[in-house]
Amino acid sequence: MFTRSLLLALLALTLAFRAEAKIFDPETFHLANGMQVVVVSNHRAPVVTHMVWYKVGAADEPPGKSGIAHFLEHLMFKGTEAFGPGVFSQTVARNGGRENAFTGHDYTGYYQTIAKDRLETVMRMEADRMRGLVLEADIIEPERQVVLEERRQRVDNEPSAVLREHVSAALYLNHPYRIPIIGWDHEVAALSVEDILAFYRRWYAPANAILVVAGDITAEELRPLAETYYGTLPQVDVATRARPTEPPQKAARTVEFRHERVGQPSWSRIFPAPSHQSGDSRSAYALEVLSEALGGTATSRLYRSLVIDKRLAVSAGVHYDGDRMGPAEFTVYASPRPGVSLEDLEAAVEAELAAVLAEGIDEAAIERARAGLLADAVYARDSLSAGARMLGAALARGLDVEHVETWPERIEAVTKAEVDAAARIVIHPGRAVTARLLPAGKEG
Amino acid sequence: MRLLVFLAFLLFTLPAQAVEVQRVVSKGGIEAWLVEDHTNPMLALRFAFRGGAGLDPKGKEGLTTLAASTMDEGAENLDSRAFQTRLEELALTLRFEAGRDGFHGRVKTLAKHRDEAFRLLRLALTQPRFDDEPVERIRAQIQARLRRESTDPDEVASKALFAALFPGHAYARPVDGTEESLSTVTRDDLRAFVTRRIARDNLVIGVVGDVTPAQLAILLDETFGSLPTKASSWALPDTTAPAKGATIVRDLDVAQSSIRFAQRGPLRKDPDFYTAFVLNHILGGGSFNSRLYQEVREERGLAYSVGSYLYPFDHAGLWLGSAGTANARVGETLSVVTAEWSLMAEKGIGATELEDAKRYLTGSFPLRFSSSDRIARTLVAMQLDDLGVDYLDKRNGYIEAVTLEQVNALAKDLLDPARLTWVVVGKPDGINGTKK
Repeated sequence: MFTRSLLLALLALTLAFRAEAKIFDPETFHLANGMQVVVVSNHRAPVVTHMVWYKVGAADEPPGKSGIAHFLEHLMFKGTEAFGPGVFSQTVARNGGRENAFTGHDYTGYYQTIAKDRLETVMRMEADRMRGLVLEADIIEPERQVVLEERRQRVDNEPSAVLREHVSAALYLNHPYRIPIIGWDHEVAALSVEDILAFYRRWYAPANAILVVAGDITAEELRPLAETYYGTLPQVDVATRARPTEPPQKAARTVEFRHERVGQPSWSRIFPAPSHQSGDSRSAYALEVLSEALGGTATSRLYRSLVIDKRLAVSAGVHYDGDRMGPAEFTVYASPRPGVSLEDLEAAVEAELAAVLAEGIDEAAIERARAGLLADAVYARDSLSAGARMLGAALARGLDVEHVETWPERIEAVTKAEVDAAARIVIHPGRAVTARLLPAGKEG
Repeated sequence: MRLLVFLAFLLFTLPAQAVEVQRVVSKGGIEAWLVEDHTNPMLALRFAFRGGAGLDPKGKEGLTTLAASTMDEGAENLDSRAFQTRLEELALTLRFEAGRDGFHGRVKTLAKHRDEAFRLLRLALTQPRFDDEPVERIRAQIQARLRRESTDPDEVASKALFAALFPGHAYARPVDGTEESLSTVTRDDLRAFVTRRIARDNLVIGVVGDVTPAQLAILLDETFGSLPTKASSWALPDTTAPAKGATIVRDLDVAQSSIRFAQRGPLRKDPDFYTAFVLNHILGGGSFNSRLYQEVREERGLAYSVGSYLYPFDHAGLWLGSAGTANARVGETLSVVTAEWSLMAEKGIGATELEDAKRYLTGSFPLRFSSSDRIARTLVAMQLDDLGVDYLDKRNGYIEAVTLEQVNALAKDLLDPARLTWVVVGKPDGINGTKK
């Protein structure tokens, strides 16, 4: 299955990020033109994953040009002066490589996994398309249709995704996270070659890019190749990322979507939350542990209470991603058993959250959460590409290698007092967005 | 020529270097295929029992799925909560999954918890409790998923396709059953499932990671030694997709129609399987260069996802494809796919296409071994398909041996748009189909 694109890759990154550890032991250096290079050695097989991350994503788009970062990502496969249309992908395939690309709110990335002795081939082409992209109207039109089909498939055909877009627009009063990564239909339809090339020239440059190579290679081996292909690109001044920021949130909001294709209702409440780089970032580690203990597993408090003991829900849990550049979301969700109204489900969730605020989180649950997170570090090292994905995402979001490498010890150091305090910081129904997904025509 | 020289290198050394498969047979006669790897203190185990959801009794479709989802919800003296807590404390993954032809399982553990991981697996396989609470809870979860899928165009299309392709055969029935059929499955059915289906003679095992063959042999006897010698006998008839195609339309109010199409394909054991595999790669397989990808997506922007796949089940081979396109462009998309299907049958492929396909398929083969769990899954598939313990070394040779004449003869013989059964779910324009 192809996913030359966004949501699946994002999901993988989110899931994987939990698993980082002081374990990848990467080497890192900079080229003279400002490009950062990261090497994660793993000599299990003579294979490498080669990734270039750009420190630009959908949240960096100009007003009215939503979807441009993602559309550009698609168009990056359309050829350069040196390598015409289709040559990039043909060459990767002829060399037995696999490739794809992805766009998030905070970054855009391109990668190939390939035999080590073909690395040079993909480096040459990836470096070339950093500055050499050629776009013309007749090239971009079919691809615009592809992007619009992608939007239909991922969003329009999925009631939960439609609701999610409306929730984001309600949740963020001012921050560009309110705009979908794939863009609004009418704005994607209006993007011009000039718009896209201006965005490309502004952000795609060595000083705004990170090269991550993982696999059967050392920094010593990679450095001359990086200097040959990426180091020879001209130094270009890049703009700083200046995004509108969020004012204090003061009101609760509810967003409801009723649609005939909702087969199973669901409820969620999204609390604005600090991230490692936004708001009260000291509580971000504690929020990661809280989210795991409160709703991350089959023994977590919410699952046990709502799904097992009270039998009100078929599923219940918590999601939190503290690694976003901007504000984060602490999401509590549940889906009802037949015959249970969303009102009753909501009341039960609220009661549980109130109890958590009053009693705090059980020490044993915190211990289990830590054990799971620390073991994931070992499992992450087992994967050929996990290190490259996690380090690339962190660096592209303005975090550093140390953030990734010290993550397990920071998680281990989180205390019950910090977890309980983090819960009190975040769980404020008076400024959260409540999302309700219901079948058309029925009362919830 | 430089590429070809490199290919020869890749062909014969890379898989073997990355993955050396050992056959381990315990004192008690339990066999597992092992890739020993001590670089990381962890271990991945995959296993499968032949015979899957296709054997669910009529009216109790979903039995295998429900069993798979409840066998890890308490065993012996550990109730659901105690069992799940134990898994979490040790950061173990222990899961079962239903397939059409098999019942699959996997365990992932840190090396230091290996013995306990295998003990918990033994309990789940031999003494699952099937307590009321977890069975009802999991049943409700699967039913909720089915309700969600009942309005998802891709899911509706896949189920409608299998129903149309294999009328009267077990493959026509949904693996997870229906809300109604699931509601009829009892705890006695689940217990009977374990007694009848979980045995030694239909079991295959793949292990990757931090364990020696001697250590593994002991674990195999401890874990699987007490299983019944034989599973209950079963027989599913062989079947085949209809010789004459049809077009089925299911109305659903969506912006983009989901399209599925399929015709007869090869079985895994067929001698021309590799020929079909190479042919499918060129027609609609997994790279950005296939003909369907180029014609449907790159040239015309008709779809985001489009491709074709071989589905060699145990008792039927399928050549399946899928696409998603705006309702207004369904007619055009079907025409383009049909034209490519015909063109391939009539004209076949050229020498360069074959060479490119071989380079990709042989060169990318080692990339599959990206984690211990992925390798363990491959070890299980190799045994289920009787590919031999040296398959990883031989596989690229099978691809290399495919000739242009074989590909084009197979394309002519097998591919035929008149054989395609189409399912379109949406509000499509420009097609004539049977509304169902």
